Amino acid sequence: MTTDLEVRPSDYRTSAHPDWCPGCGDFGILNAIRQALAELGLHPHNVLAVSGIGCSGKTPHYIKSYGLHTLHGRALPVATGAKLANHELTVLAMGGDGDGYGIGAGHFVNSGRRNLDLTYIVFNNGVYGLTKGQSSPTLHRGVKTRSMAEPSFQDAANPLAVAISSGYTFVARGYAMDTKAMKEILVRAIRHRGTAMVDVLQPCPVYNNVLTVSWYAGRDLASAIPRIYNLEEEEGFDPRVADPDDLDEVNAKKITAIARSFEWGDRIPTGVFYDIDLPTLEDGFRSHRPDAPDSAVYKQAVPGQDVTPLFNRFR
Amino acid sequence: MVVNRLSWLIGGAQGSGINVSAEVFARACKRAGLNVFSNIEYHSNITGKHAYYRVRVNQKKIHSPVDRVDLLLALDRETLFGDVDASHQTHRGHVRQVEPDGGIIYDAEVGVTPEEIGRDDVRLYPVPYGEVMKDGLAAGGVDYEPRRHDIMRNMISVAASFALLEMDLDVIVDMLRERLGPDRQHLVGLNELILNATAEYVYREYGTDFPVNLEGREAGQDSLLIRGCDAAALGKIHAGCSFQSYYPIAPATEESEILSSVQSEYPITVLQGEDEIACMNMATGAAHAGARAATATSGPGFSLMGEGLGFASMIETPGPVLSVYQRGGPSTGLPTRQSQGDLRFAIQPGHSEFPHVVMAPGDVQETFSLTFKAFNYGDRYQVPVIVLMDRFLANSFWTMDKLDTDGLVIDRGEFFDPEDDDYRRHLVTESGISPRSIPGQAGGQFVTSSDEHNEYGKISEGILNRHDQVEKRMRKLARIDQESPATDRWELHGREDAELTVVAWGSTKGAILDAIPAVKRMGMTVNFLQIKMLWPFPREEVRPILERANILVLLEDNHDGQLGQLIAEETGILIDRKLLKYNGRPFSQNEVEVGLCDAAEGEAERIVVSSERMAV
Repeated sequence: MTTDLEVRPSDYRTSAHPDWCPGCGDFGILNAIRQALAELGLHPHNVLAVSGIGCSGKTPHYIKSYGLHTLHGRALPVATGAKLANHELTVLAMGGDGDGYGIGAGHFVNSGRRNLDLTYIVFNNGVYGLTKGQSSPTLHRGVKTRSMAEPSFQDAANPLAVAISSGYTFVARGYAMDTKAMKEILVRAIRHRGTAMVDVLQPCPVYNNVLTVSWYAGRDLASAIPRIYNLEEEEGFDPRVADPDDLDEVNAKKITAIARSFEWGDRIPTGVFYDIDLPTLEDGFRSHRPDAPDSAVYKQAVPGQDVTPLFNRFR
Repeated sequence: MVVNRLSWLIGGAQGSGINVSAEVFARACKRAGLNVFSNIEYHSNITGKHAYYRVRVNQKKIHSPVDRVDLLLALDRETLFGDVDASHQTHRGHVRQVEPDGGIIYDAEVGVTPEEIGRDDVRLYPVPYGEVMKDGLAAGGVDYEPRRHDIMRNMISVAASFALLEMDLDVIVDMLRERLGPDRQHLVGLNELILNATAEYVYREYGTDFPVNLEGREAGQDSLLIRGCDAAALGKIHAGCSFQSYYPIAPATEESEILSSVQSEYPITVLQGEDEIACMNMATGAAHAGARAATATSGPGFSLMGEGLGFASMIETPGPVLSVYQRGGPSTGLPTRQSQGDLRFAIQPGHSEFPHVVMAPGDVQETFSLTFKAFNYGDRYQVPVIVLMDRFLANSFWTMDKLDTDGLVIDRGEFFDPEDDDYRRHLVTESGISPRSIPGQAGGQFVTSSDEHNEYGKISEGILNRHDQVEKRMRKLARIDQESPATDRWELHGREDAELTVVAWGSTKGAILDAIPAVKRMGMTVNFLQIKMLWPFPREEVRPILERANILVLLEDNHDGQLGQLIAEETGILIDRKLLKYNGRPFSQNEVEVGLCDAAEGEAERIVVSSERMAV
């Protein structure tokens, strides 16, 4: 990671104006990403933002780093290949809930298993916005949003629980309307060595008339207390696994995190749920093949490799 | 007495070691300085189903299987008689393939009688495998332990064959000594006991009456016995490929296994993905980030890669390279069997219109060279490149003096100018090629998108921009057409003014080259037009050759004659006479000989080889 304290959020600003709807949670996430990258002092040319398809997929167009707007659901495999090709890059993968937990669900699970050093940000709004508001894999059963003909008859998946079960070593939830907290989570996620997954609750002001800013703020509740709260301010909660070799601690922290991830309704936890240091995919490659030449840094001039030593295998 | 011309076949249940026997036999013959071709036929099954391995040995270079069998090695009853007890019999065994005066070696302990075999015209050589094993071990003072020693039954098959063929066992012993690692040298002696006991038994019981002999020639130590998948892997390494993704699938997996096995020696990372969609996109991501990247698959996985292929082409990634090994389809089809059924799909592997390259090597050397060059095409034109191979090319072994690396020079294409303060990743140029920057390079930042985009890579739905970008991308095909050397694209084997012109692509090359002398002996002059670059199709170069030809015969391992369809589309020339095969087995030399003669005589426009004689 090349760092420089001189980098400012404005260095990540582009001339293109986001074409998101007014009031969209995506603006908050975009700002949080720019601020986090600047705070980490990362030079824009060392950052690759890889996105899927949907409103969130357009985000790399608004970040002045290297950006790759890929296919629906495929941000993670593209990001995986890019990171393995050049491990000096800071790679951010991003996409929506339909993108990551629906069409890209297989990649979501298997990327957790690999623990490559990258960050995955999911803009989770419960609907497919760009196709006009169909239900997404995180919309709860029985919920009917504006453009749906009838309530959803399919259950919601719990992405945080799936992430923890799949091996993600840093699992967090942010709230798009709280840019400051989001930025803090992203700084920790990008710093984390391993695959960090950040699910972001992101109100869609046009199609999701159920999970609104007002609802997250708890304005419908008698207490009028915001539903969103910071898990890490709860007494006794610590997402960090102190000793990754202590299976009892690992399991206890996982179980607590998964239990908290099912909390929904009047209180919705945000913050870091689970955080553990484990060997990354590259560590695995490296420890298994200590003498292997480095394949993971791009080189403009690829040298042709001499294959004649391999001929012996065929003699 | 026939010398140095042998067709040998071993059959048995999958998992019973026929691969080991055949590969030791084939390699030992190669090391004795003979030319070897070998190929396996097996079921999509781990253990128990019938498999067989053919090894053809000759004085001169050979490239394909033949139908006849001179020496059959049967490890079970099914190899002899077929799956007679099956509810739906699928084959009738190999006894009927044995040439008159040929031989059958079988395990005398399987309980087969000469009457059952029912061939008075062939020589029977029952060998009691268990007894030979015990005697051999006893001669060395070793007590027989089935779990430790039964694996050496494979050596009995090899030694019995060597004895009948009057070949020296030393070549096998030397090979074992060389190939077994330092910690396994004690096995050399054990194997030697079995080899000697077997040879002694065969000499004692049967003498040296077998009418085919092999005579070792100058040392074949340095030549290679190598498969297409080996050559593809070596081509990738030679090209500096540093990333390969794959999802396990027959018959593509071996290539990735070879690449995995050299990760400690070469700068390459091999990653098993969760599916072919992931693998395609991982390779694209790696290529985008500066690696020479590749993936390997066969038909079903290739179907899943279509989405990613269009994406790679849309964002103008340099590559990736896709090694596609065709197998019988559609759907799951015949997972372990031969086909050339994916040509048209490879030409149009995804929705809408985008540039890409499809190359089809016909042999091991071409597989190595074209795989290497595929990376150059990818880098130079910023397109995905498909190297279209097949099961037969992947798994068959050919004898090669070496793999020729002459003329293989790395070309990474055009890079951006860091001084350019208005860098446009998708700059509209006359060639269609826009200089590229690589993530990590200062000043080269760009975003690009699977959405239609402008020169800067930003999403754009503008009408004029759409025209410019579509035309810019597609111009690359014309540029490839102009710049590619003919040697990468097509080859006319034989004299220009032949009476018969065979038109084919891919791995049928070997059987065609082997068959041409026989057709010539029938009194006809023959040449062979091999298409190596299927897309962009070399229409201007190929059309005059087709127009000049007298009788055209298309030869393909598929039902539709897909190359013929492509040629018709590209040149307007219809090839009426077709020699086709789609039963999941490769063309043999004999089938091509007979088929070409029939086609030349105009027997029928469409000749389909069903290989009843070989139907195993």
